[in-house]
Amino acid sequence: MRDTLKIADKTFNSRLFTGTGKFSSSKKMKDAILASKSELVTVALKRVDIENESDDLLVHLNEDHINLLPNTSGVRTAKEAVFASQLAREALKTNWIKLEIHPDPKYLLPDPIETLKAAEELVKLGFVVMPYIHADPVLCKRLEDVGVQCVMPLGAPIGSNKGIKTLEFLEIIIEQSNVPVIVDAGIGAPSHAAFSMELGADAVLVNTAIAVSQNPIEMGIAFKKAVEAGRIAYKAKLAPIKNHAEASSPLTSFLNN
Amino acid sequence: MSFKNTFNNYNWDTLEKEIYAISTEDVATVLKKEKISLDNFKTLISPAAKPFIEQMAQRSNAITKKRFGNTIQMYIPMYLSNECQNICTYCGFSMTNKIPRKTLTDAEILKEVEHIKSLGYDHILLVTGEANKTVGVSYIKHAIDLIRSHFSNISIEIQPLDQDEYETLISSGLYAVLVYQETYHKATYKIHHPKGKKSNFDYRLDTPDRLGKAGIHKIGIGALFGLEDWRVDSFYTALHLKYLQKTYWKTKYSISFPRLRPHQGGLEPKVEMTDTDLVQLICAYRLLDEDVELSMSTRESEIFRNHCIHLGITSISAESKTNPGGYTAEPESLEQFEISDERSTAEIKTMIESQGYEVVWKDWSNNWE
Repeated sequence: MRDTLKIADKTFNSRLFTGTGKFSSSKKMKDAILASKSELVTVALKRVDIENESDDLLVHLNEDHINLLPNTSGVRTAKEAVFASQLAREALKTNWIKLEIHPDPKYLLPDPIETLKAAEELVKLGFVVMPYIHADPVLCKRLEDVGVQCVMPLGAPIGSNKGIKTLEFLEIIIEQSNVPVIVDAGIGAPSHAAFSMELGADAVLVNTAIAVSQNPIEMGIAFKKAVEAGRIAYKAKLAPIKNHAEASSPLTSFLNN
Repeated sequence: MSFKNTFNNYNWDTLEKEIYAISTEDVATVLKKEKISLDNFKTLISPAAKPFIEQMAQRSNAITKKRFGNTIQMYIPMYLSNECQNICTYCGFSMTNKIPRKTLTDAEILKEVEHIKSLGYDHILLVTGEANKTVGVSYIKHAIDLIRSHFSNISIEIQPLDQDEYETLISSGLYAVLVYQETYHKATYKIHHPKGKKSNFDYRLDTPDRLGKAGIHKIGIGALFGLEDWRVDSFYTALHLKYLQKTYWKTKYSISFPRLRPHQGGLEPKVEMTDTDLVQLICAYRLLDEDVELSMSTRESEIFRNHCIHLGITSISAESKTNPGGYTAEPESLEQFEISDERSTAEIKTMIESQGYEVVWKDWSNNWE
């Protein structure tokens, strides 16, 4: 049986989601995304002219197997996010939205309060909501309660390439979640992506590490393979880590005598 | 509380002595650090850091690429008026310059907009002198309302305003305000701004505070190089930046590096800033702050601008006219200063792309709020 990932009404063969920012040209972006086999690609609404069908970025993403995931980067409040999502739905003909509310333009850290408010409203309006959030297990459950279709906790600050710095919390989220968990932000190397998948994440989202690489196409391929390897390893169940050697003189063996 | 309180804790002469006393060893030590503090920034702008410029440039390039990717944001200024009631010794618009003045009408603004749009721009910077009767808040608000549907991102570089006036403009769709202190040396500031509202150093110094309180999206700060020692002025600018980032954390910041350019009634720079100095400064800012936008205008030469996009610069203008109506409506009106890089927008785009960067026209949407 194929190991697919289902979110809302869509089934994905690839567990690698990608972004469109920071590439040196739209052509390079497209080539890297095609090489990565990613089927869900996020695009910042602020970067595209959604009413213009010949927008350079959108034209380059016009492929059958690529699903566009508009994101709300740039909004600072729930109200703005809801409005932006509605504009995106109308113009791009998709009810999927990557909800990003980061009032802090420096580290682009998500505002949990506004995100929860916006998620609740967007779900009511019929959106498939994919919220970008801190690796906060309680927030994940609260978002699940209001009906989001997945959660997207960060591994490290966005664009930092620092890897999985929120490990302890991600493990709790993965353990408790009833919706797919997608590690978003901070993944800087294929090994970080593989590690996330080994932990049991359902998918990862990678942008900077591919876009800013010297060779985005090769890096797209590397991430594809890493995500697949991590997923297989997770399903095959990793051998346990042993912190201590097994004692050669057991203390309790006398009980069996 | 405002920046003035922080500002008053520092003394120009002491800072100058500290910066010029920094040794090569100090620089080497600082460059081993992963995080560059404000104190470290002082080291990186010192004369002692000059031999390390290549190392700084490499690091600046890598950090900038990580944060901003392989992209350069494009913007263009549109001068609305050259009327001015200030005397600024270095500025072509100074009221002492006895030349005809011009303020654009609605029809002229729209004519300029049509031309600017045809070049591809979506981020615009509106510029005026300071003449409250002709180009006060109501004129600016009207201009923003007039052009809002044509641009995703509107910034202004005009006289400092009060908080409530900024709030009015923000609600009309204003994104950013650029307000340069010119120099943080209070006595020198007085010499160069002897008359008009601009002669009030403190009011100007606290302008970014009023903007932060008004909830603006972006504030651009900087000093005008040539009036005073650029190193000390840049330290104060960095101090200002760090204060603002902590205080108004929802606002984004940009830094510009204007060097005095020739203009009618021109002033010779008191302190020269060489190309090497400017590169050192750009890199030092990037090492201090990964996220601050660094902007480069057409004041600089072709060669300098060709190379600056690898050094940490994230946004540049092209084909700028510094006179009201300069693009089409009234090409012969008085300009603020002569630009240096006169290449067309298409040529700049080609130059940027040939270096492996993507030109970004649109990176904002002004219809969410």
